[in-house]
Amino acid sequence: MRIEARENISLTMKTLSPVMAVGVAMAVCSMLLIWANASPLEGWMLMLKGALGSKFAVTETLTRATPLIFTGLAAAVAFRAKLWNIGGEGQLYIGAVVATWLGAGSLELPSYFMIPYLFIAGALAGGLLLLIPTLLKTKLQVDEVVTTLLLNFIVLLFVNWLVFGPWKDPMAMGWPQAAPVVDSALLPQLLARTRLHLGFILALASAVGVWWFMRATTWGFEIRAVGASPKASRFAGMPVNAAIVRTALLSGGLAAMAGVSELCGVKEYLTLDLSPGFGYSGIVVAMLAALHPLGVVASSIFVAVIYIGADSMSRAINISNYIADVITAVSLLAVLVSMFLAKYRIRWR
Amino acid sequence: MDIANFLLETGFWMATIRMATPLLFGTLGELICERAGVLNLGIEGIMAAGCMAGWTWVYLGGDLWTGILFAAFVGGLFGLLHALFTVHLGLSQHVTGLGITMLASALSSFVFRMLLPTATTPPKIVPFKPFPIPLLSDIPFVGDILFNQSALTYLAFLAVIATGYALFRTPAGLALRMAGENPMAVEAQGLSVFSIRTSAVVIGSALMAVGGAFLTMSAFDAFYIGMVNGRGWICIALVVFSSWKPGKALLGCLFFAAFDAVQMRVQQQSGMAIPYQFYLMMPYVFSIMALIIMSRRAAYPKALLIPFRKGER
Repeated sequence: MRIEARENISLTMKTLSPVMAVGVAMAVCSMLLIWANASPLEGWMLMLKGALGSKFAVTETLTRATPLIFTGLAAAVAFRAKLWNIGGEGQLYIGAVVATWLGAGSLELPSYFMIPYLFIAGALAGGLLLLIPTLLKTKLQVDEVVTTLLLNFIVLLFVNWLVFGPWKDPMAMGWPQAAPVVDSALLPQLLARTRLHLGFILALASAVGVWWFMRATTWGFEIRAVGASPKASRFAGMPVNAAIVRTALLSGGLAAMAGVSELCGVKEYLTLDLSPGFGYSGIVVAMLAALHPLGVVASSIFVAVIYIGADSMSRAINISNYIADVITAVSLLAVLVSMFLAKYRIRWR
Repeated sequence: MDIANFLLETGFWMATIRMATPLLFGTLGELICERAGVLNLGIEGIMAAGCMAGWTWVYLGGDLWTGILFAAFVGGLFGLLHALFTVHLGLSQHVTGLGITMLASALSSFVFRMLLPTATTPPKIVPFKPFPIPLLSDIPFVGDILFNQSALTYLAFLAVIATGYALFRTPAGLALRMAGENPMAVEAQGLSVFSIRTSAVVIGSALMAVGGAFLTMSAFDAFYIGMVNGRGWICIALVVFSSWKPGKALLGCLFFAAFDAVQMRVQQQSGMAIPYQFYLMMPYVFSIMALIIMSRRAAYPKALLIPFRKGER
């Protein structure tokens, strides 16, 4: 077996490769459906119907896509700079913690001040959290993959302490949750009688903003250059470490905005099930989008369709909704291979 | 609260050795992969798969030892997938590893839920019993601590010796380490970097899965979703801490497990002076600190993370 680089990569190959990956993921998961004595075709139809079959279903899917856009952007920005931020989950929670701290009654502001204030404060906290492993990486060459992963567990235990301890809401009938955020901090609904909220618009705006930032600004260019080749960037006189630190602040901030948006848009109070792993799914979202900020929007919606669809399918036929996690994991692995096949050809001989 | 008191208890030291066992399997498995030049971030998921596979085997009527073999086999399969992607196709070891972790954890949870859709309390199996070694276990104090453990614990300690011997005293071990330091030199010897790395990842992953199986088949008797709880990531930190040496890995695992046992005791004794969540944070904080302390001296295998392509410099 021999691997050769392709001379020119056509745009069709590039755009088709995630689609191919999704096809492979669906084929693999069809086998799981068959194993569970369900008809794959019926399963997939139930999923589609559950996620996109009605106006309400579509709004539920977009609501689910909202935090994924933020965490997907966080991963996409960091991975562009080859900063392996796997700590999206922890950064998301720290954003929600700060938003609870400031938004659950400690200060009163009109909502057009309150909402931006909470997002900025939360983002700052997320950026600072990611700064710890990033500085350890740039100053001491400590691998950031493990440190960001371990920080997730530390932050989750910290939240656990808050909601069982000092922040436990006495009005919550003994449930481990913090007091709800004040009314002025709640994100307004976009459509009546749905859960779709302003966070979705903010997520879309962030995607466009990040796309513009990475494409049109010097700092964005530096981030891309450092990711492509730190040596060449240093040789060209770029401040490599400063670019990585900026990446960290941006990436951690984006992940934390997912937490603020879920808190103020959906849950209204801090709990331990605020995020069912949005931080980790963000990595899949970013990879499916080939790290492109606008692609992140599309792949977030795709991943949201899988989760919402799997929930509704698991209610309709006797199958565990963990199948959604299997589908996203297989999609991640399949997209790696299909992106590879777009760039290289394999010669058997 | 007097720490000195329970340092003299056999129960405390027995717990230390017991808690070190899954860490040992995981750390050795990761060490073997990394010595061959492949970072295996699939460890967290592979341990979960081992947890689930071994337990299910016994739950469905198999015996304990074939259950361990089955767990190792499942771990090896995920290892093979990781090797196929990272060694043969040369894909990013970071992203592939995370993908393997996601896939293995998701499949474990999915299969568990499909087998037992309605169980509210996880059903139990009869786990490994302590296996006192004749004569040796009669030695006062030390006998109970070292020679009255589960058979898997002895296996973990034997694995340390076996790994050390195989890596540093056999030609195969030399070839494996060379694949992680200078793959071109391996190729120049007429050996295949691909097959060496693939075997290392498969064997390493099988060991990780046995570490996971220890949790459901010896330490506890039931499977819970999310049971591995970051142990895999701690093992990765322990590999760095051990400077990629099995002996030091043993020390690191024992130190960690002892600390874990201390925090559990203190948690029970101190009457909640410090909330228990902060004790639970300690292993993760310690892992990060271990990485920081070792950062200046970390002697990574030179070809770690670098895919090998034939004929490419």
